[in-house]
Amino acid sequence: MTKTGAQILWECLEREGVTHVFGYPGGAILPAYDALKYSKIHHVLVRHEQGATHMADGYARASGQTGVAVATSGPGATNMVTGIATAMLDSSPIVCITGQVGSKLIGSDAFQETDITGITLPITKHNYLVTRADELARTLREAFYVAASGRPGPVLVDITKDAQQSSCEFDWEAAKPQLPGYRPDLSPAPKEYEQALELIHNSKRPVILLGHGAIVSGAMREVRDFAERAGIPVALTLLGLGALPASHPLNLGMMGMHGEAWVNHTIQEADLLIALGMRFDDRVTGNLKTYAPNAKKIHVEIDPAEINKNVKVDVALVGDLREVLHVMLPKAESLDRSEWLDLIDRVKGDSAVRDIQNLPDSGHLYAAHVINDLWREARGSNTVVVTDVGQHQMWEAQYYKHEDPRSLITSGGLGTMGFALPAAIGAKVARPEAEVWVVVGDGGFQMTMCELATIVQENLKINIAIINNGFLGMVRQWQEFFYERNYQATPLLNPDFAKIAAAYGIRNATVTERSQVVPAVQSARQHEGPMLINFHVEQEDTVYPMVAAGAALHEMIRRPSPIVETAADE
Amino acid sequence: MLNTFVVYVENKPGVLTRVASLFRRRAFNIDSLTVGRTEKPEVSRMTITVDADYDQARRIEANLYKLVNVLLVENITTVPAIVRDLAMIKVAATHEARSHVLELASVFRARVVDVAPESLIIEITGGEDKIDGLLEVLRPYGVLEMVRTGIVAMRRGNKSSVAISSSEEPARAAADADDDLSQSV
Repeated sequence: MTKTGAQILWECLEREGVTHVFGYPGGAILPAYDALKYSKIHHVLVRHEQGATHMADGYARASGQTGVAVATSGPGATNMVTGIATAMLDSSPIVCITGQVGSKLIGSDAFQETDITGITLPITKHNYLVTRADELARTLREAFYVAASGRPGPVLVDITKDAQQSSCEFDWEAAKPQLPGYRPDLSPAPKEYEQALELIHNSKRPVILLGHGAIVSGAMREVRDFAERAGIPVALTLLGLGALPASHPLNLGMMGMHGEAWVNHTIQEADLLIALGMRFDDRVTGNLKTYAPNAKKIHVEIDPAEINKNVKVDVALVGDLREVLHVMLPKAESLDRSEWLDLIDRVKGDSAVRDIQNLPDSGHLYAAHVINDLWREARGSNTVVVTDVGQHQMWEAQYYKHEDPRSLITSGGLGTMGFALPAAIGAKVARPEAEVWVVVGDGGFQMTMCELATIVQENLKINIAIINNGFLGMVRQWQEFFYERNYQATPLLNPDFAKIAAAYGIRNATVTERSQVVPAVQSARQHEGPMLINFHVEQEDTVYPMVAAGAALHEMIRRPSPIVETAADE
Repeated sequence: MLNTFVVYVENKPGVLTRVASLFRRRAFNIDSLTVGRTEKPEVSRMTITVDADYDQARRIEANLYKLVNVLLVENITTVPAIVRDLAMIKVAATHEARSHVLELASVFRARVVDVAPESLIIEITGGEDKIDGLLEVLRPYGVLEMVRTGIVAMRRGNKSSVAISSSEEPARAAADADDDLSQSV
């Protein structure tokens, strides 16, 4: 059947299971938009193309399905760069469709021409320039396959205007992917399994380091079974939070720069690290020279290029985590490691987190209070928290106890401020039944707050909690610790966020005292439409503990004077 | 140490950029890179030499495999292989020097491919050492211009660099065989 490239585009997307795309029109993508009216796909009109990519990313992280962003050539495409890099660093499957000037104009510096495949080459898993309608179907099938398989990532498809306009015979079945060099399905050799199991069985003090790969692979059950069977405690990366319920007795909590003190001490004391779907990022290892000095290391990882990149490992199992654990589970011996677990329990009392949680209510509002109260209110329900980047992100990771995978969406690898609000829109579109909370700082919020209009236009029920301390808080914290409190360019003169919300017709509240937190949260949860709460928190609060960049993992900067020591938190 | 990779890639626009970009992005320093056609029109073959230690070499290989258009990577550094570089050297050769230059060229089994009143162009093929050697002895006469292609390499014997057809033949198996070889070093 003969179709135009534009029609083929939408039909291919539909066949890939796409129901929503996030986009912004413009000249070079207009033929595609013209054909949109014949498609069942719902187009979410964003306010900035960066938002479109974060929405596609949030959609993918909330659902596990590939998210799609659409933009025009030139500035439309370059505005996507930050969102693409964000998805790349966090292995999130998105497909970005960009319009391009006509194929005959390529290279002529035509209006709104930019070499977006060149620009995005190092920040995409793969990208394509399509100059003919008859290449479109196969290319799109390849794009979706590459984005979602193996270690997922962003794929960009740049389509010239004439490729959208011209017609060709469309045969979906015949347009099979041709990827002779692409091999996403690797699996370890039997010998490697044996070596890994031997290390595990001989270990007295093993720790599992659990990362995002567990969620991507859907290995939550296997991880839990394995940890329980072998009696091994589990430390999580930021992006791994939720892969094992926070309430699970073997769950130690988050590791790394702002991880709990006992988690980092446990890792440093371990004789075996079992890294599952994580990549030893510098934010979780601290100084590599002093990292887990007495531990052997097993690395289960789908991407062979991650093996021995940061940390040299003794055994590498390259493959899908779920499949690897399926093989290992029946062979894992159940061993008594009570001595090790007891030791961890003893150091667990050594928690900086509780310092602030148990602060008497003096009227001061701390971000930790806000997060913890939010968690107490929302727990038990199907909630997705989407955070931005900075202090509030770390407090969220510390004080919100995630029980479910895909209940925390945050920019880890790239640390992209401005991520939260648009990513939450994507998450809500993917999971309309979920309660979606944006937890965002006053700095990051202002980077993408134009997307409030998207929330209203799409009539989305999203709750926004601005943790407003009038500073670029995390940068200020670094200035406090490492730059002699020279607060250059970190104090923010903010608008009245409540009034901003009001201008969009969004219900709002401003909270300055702890007693107001719960009523505000309840009010947002009960309200049918979106709501924004502006939490004015302590200005110069600090995230503790902290492993300074380059310091050993156990050398944490702790809260200066532990204030009140009371019973353990539930 | 200098590692030599033979890399088979899909013969498509932009693939050279992807490979070059990877080396730049991961801060691996390319010593030489050549690319050309193979016996199969849809496949191009690169020979890349990189200064890298063992771990880096493994990571280079793994990162090359992450490029969707890369079909097969072989590290042939420690494998018996024929390695060839080609150079053209324009050397000043006045009347009295000419016979000496010709003699040196013949010792190195190089060919004279152009003769002009004041100069000669000498073409030489061989390992890099051999070419460096000729260059060294010609230098006193005045090297006016020189160009080298960078090395191309091929395994010795009938163990060919594996069938790279567009068939389903898993290229990984071949790569694994190569791993065994390089691990034995």
